[in-house]
Amino acid sequence: MSEQSNWKEFSKGLFKYNALFVLVLGICPSLAVTTSLKNGVSMGGAATFVLVSSNFIVSIIRPYVPREIRIPCFIVVIASFVTIVELMMKAYLPTEVNASLGIFIPLIVVNCIILYRAESFAYKNKPFVSILDGAGIGLGWTLSLCLVSGIREMFGAGTLFGLKLSGHYEPASIMIMAPGAFIVTGLLMGLFNWRKQRKSEKSMKVYMKND
Amino acid sequence: MIKELAVIIVSVVFVNNFVLAKFLGLCPFLGVSQRTSSAVGMGAAVTFVMTLASAITWILYNYILLPGDMNIVGMVFPSVGESGLIEVLKTISYILVIATLVQLVEMMLRKMVPALYDSLGVFLPLITTNCAVLGVALLNTTDSPQHLGFIEAIVQGFGAGIGFTIAILLMSGIRERLALLNIPKPLQGLPIAFICTGLMALAFFGFSGMVK
Repeated sequence: MSEQSNWKEFSKGLFKYNALFVLVLGICPSLAVTTSLKNGVSMGGAATFVLVSSNFIVSIIRPYVPREIRIPCFIVVIASFVTIVELMMKAYLPTEVNASLGIFIPLIVVNCIILYRAESFAYKNKPFVSILDGAGIGLGWTLSLCLVSGIREMFGAGTLFGLKLSGHYEPASIMIMAPGAFIVTGLLMGLFNWRKQRKSEKSMKVYMKND
Repeated sequence: MIKELAVIIVSVVFVNNFVLAKFLGLCPFLGVSQRTSSAVGMGAAVTFVMTLASAITWILYNYILLPGDMNIVGMVFPSVGESGLIEVLKTISYILVIATLVQLVEMMLRKMVPALYDSLGVFLPLITTNCAVLGVALLNTTDSPQHLGFIEAIVQGFGAGIGFTIAILLMSGIRERLALLNIPKPLQGLPIAFICTGLMALAFFGFSGMVK
């Protein structure tokens, strides 16, 4: 396996297969925990750890798992890592982060991204590539969480990472609450679509010129 | 007792609606809300599984996972009875119970009520990865502010299912209209559905403060 294709396995998760805006997976935690940048980063980190580890284990046990019972096996692997993450976060992260992430840490088990990557990538590929794939998709998801939570914290609380940005801003608290999450995500998704459509129109024009 | 249960129902259906206020179960909410008929099917299936899952996980939590005299495992292994299994086995046991339950419900419906099975069929396997089901199990047991009784847990599960059904029904009505409208191209499909959900959540804000 050449170096270039390794980089490709990693980088495809950042934009081309961006979990939140392109694949539209894992929406529930993306909307629920993005009230501040700190929460977004912690959630992204936790899910990325679970994604990388479960991809690794799934691709190792792949020859021994019969096709018929693969989904329950994946779920048990994922649930074990989620338990590890939950206990680690309780031990090392500040209590206010744990309180605001709340039930969404155990809910990483049913995050569709992780099961999707286990099923469609790790079950068919070697351990090293699976780790790269997990890291790429996880990082892409973390970055989109940062984007959403950054926008929401900036407009909704007037702060970024807890630091005040400007003295003369009256925060629109609607952005912190549920409606803001839906509207910000919808608009960002529209932005991604717009970019994709413009690209395909451009390539169409080039194609027609060459013709 | 009746009054408390009514408060729980109003709370989970309107004030703390699972989809619009708690962000649980968004994948099926956006995935299956294109047509009203399938939205009703999904809502019914989710309500059914949620009610059953609330009952079973409550029993599991109180008699197997929690430390204390009620722990069944603790009667055989006293050390387990002292520490409980809640920290390490919570997530794994809940997700396994829900996955098994969905399989069981699917088989039972196919044998006993074929008409209902045909209308729900496609949606049943999807429910295992619906975070609203695991969410209600967690909110009933470990993440509940006070210890809930058996009946209260079941009522909360049922109410959460009804709240999900109402939200997905409203959404499917909106999306059937949206399909006929002239929407800017990048916003077509999911983005506009997200924005509409945001406006719906704004409307449901009117209920907040009704129940303490």
